[in-house]
Amino acid sequence: MLDVVKDLLILLVGSSLVSNVVLSQFLGLCPFLGVSKKVDTAAGMGGAVIFVITIASAVAAVIYKFILVRFDITYLQTIVFILVIAALVQFVEMFLKKFVPALYQALGVYLPLITTNCAVLGIALTNVQKNYGIGFSIASGLFTAVGFMIAIVILAGIREKMEYNDIPESFQGMPIVLITAGLMAIAFCGFSGLL
Amino acid sequence: MNISAILTAVAVVGGVGLFLGIFLGIASIVFKVEVDEKEEAVLGVLPGNNCGGCGYPGCSGLAAAIAKGEAAVNACPVGGDAVGKKVAAIMGVEAGETIRMTAFVRCQGDSERATRNYEYTGVEDCSMIKYVPDGGAKSCNHGCLGYGNCADACPFGAITVRNGVAVVDKEKCKACGKCIAACPKHLIELIPYDAKTVVACSSCDRGPVTMKACKTGCIGCGLCVKACPVDAITVDAFHAHIDQSKCTGCGACKEKCPKKAIIDFS
Repeated sequence: MLDVVKDLLILLVGSSLVSNVVLSQFLGLCPFLGVSKKVDTAAGMGGAVIFVITIASAVAAVIYKFILVRFDITYLQTIVFILVIAALVQFVEMFLKKFVPALYQALGVYLPLITTNCAVLGIALTNVQKNYGIGFSIASGLFTAVGFMIAIVILAGIREKMEYNDIPESFQGMPIVLITAGLMAIAFCGFSGLL
Repeated sequence: MNISAILTAVAVVGGVGLFLGIFLGIASIVFKVEVDEKEEAVLGVLPGNNCGGCGYPGCSGLAAAIAKGEAAVNACPVGGDAVGKKVAAIMGVEAGETIRMTAFVRCQGDSERATRNYEYTGVEDCSMIKYVPDGGAKSCNHGCLGYGNCADACPFGAITVRNGVAVVDKEKCKACGKCIAACPKHLIELIPYDAKTVVACSSCDRGPVTMKACKTGCIGCGLCVKACPVDAITVDAFHAHIDQSKCTGCGACKEKCPKKAIIDFS
């Protein structure tokens, strides 16, 4: 029992900070740069990503274990996961619209955007690569998505402050954001000493 | 060549795809959300700028509120009467007359009229300049800072900064109210499009202070109050205010104002 808790703690620190999905694996850069103009929208996107990635890791792990391994066609994991994740996001959207309209309103446009977030697929594939069981896949998905939320909220905070700074013309807009993201990635390297 | 491996792959991926397709198809029927027909029709005639001037989150928010009967049919400040009538036709009710409003910057302290305490070179953003010493370089603590936060906020390009003071083009203004929220000095107010006479100053400093700071500042002398035949003007905190619902536009106050702070609105 203690071993499991220890493993989960290591997984938490490892996947949310040390190998942060955005800042050290460079997955999910599109929403990271696109939806980080304001802290509250960034937090909304982060929440939606946590929600979807956790469910997607669970479903992907189940499908891998009970369909792909069984028929010995694990090499098809990428294409099957893409199918499943796209359908899953659609389904979650419909489900929320019907039963939790408040959450649907809050997540708004971010939910369909997540279909194109490669972090979702990336995490499903990484879980398989690392031979995680279903429980650990879900935990890994959840923690990685928390890492995404941390990164996007920090970047949004920095970008809100940056609005008032006098940025050289050639660096205005996306270039300075990419430089900021790069500096954040270097800062997150510091976490590698934790494990 | 193992032909059965290929067939398994095709069958599994095809099967998963088919299952998901049918599953989503069923889900879309089971989880169907009834969308009010009226709501969609209303959304169709709203301007679609999503400016938020009505107080709802975007045009779709207002359309939903109108369809439910929570908002008035002419609640869209941008569309005004024209859109209000179309929405009323969809909802099957009479549209009341809407008074067309327009934004007005209560300051005319441009670089010739307002004195400056010092030369300011720094961040060009009103909400930041508010916090520099004396609340900006202009001696008047209440006047337009002239760095155009309102112009940036305007979705319709109706505001320009001329000679250090923001000016609203009332033909372009849709009265959405974004500039009112953007101005850190709270200078901008909505007044009727047909308003004839306005106080173009918002200073509530005492007379001598305002007199030094600006050539056209309201000093709160009260001559306009006496001049007004319909009691439309009040002076509060050394600052005159015209009640536009009473004002007849006779211009008596404008004649009497010693500082020319009351002007024609045209």
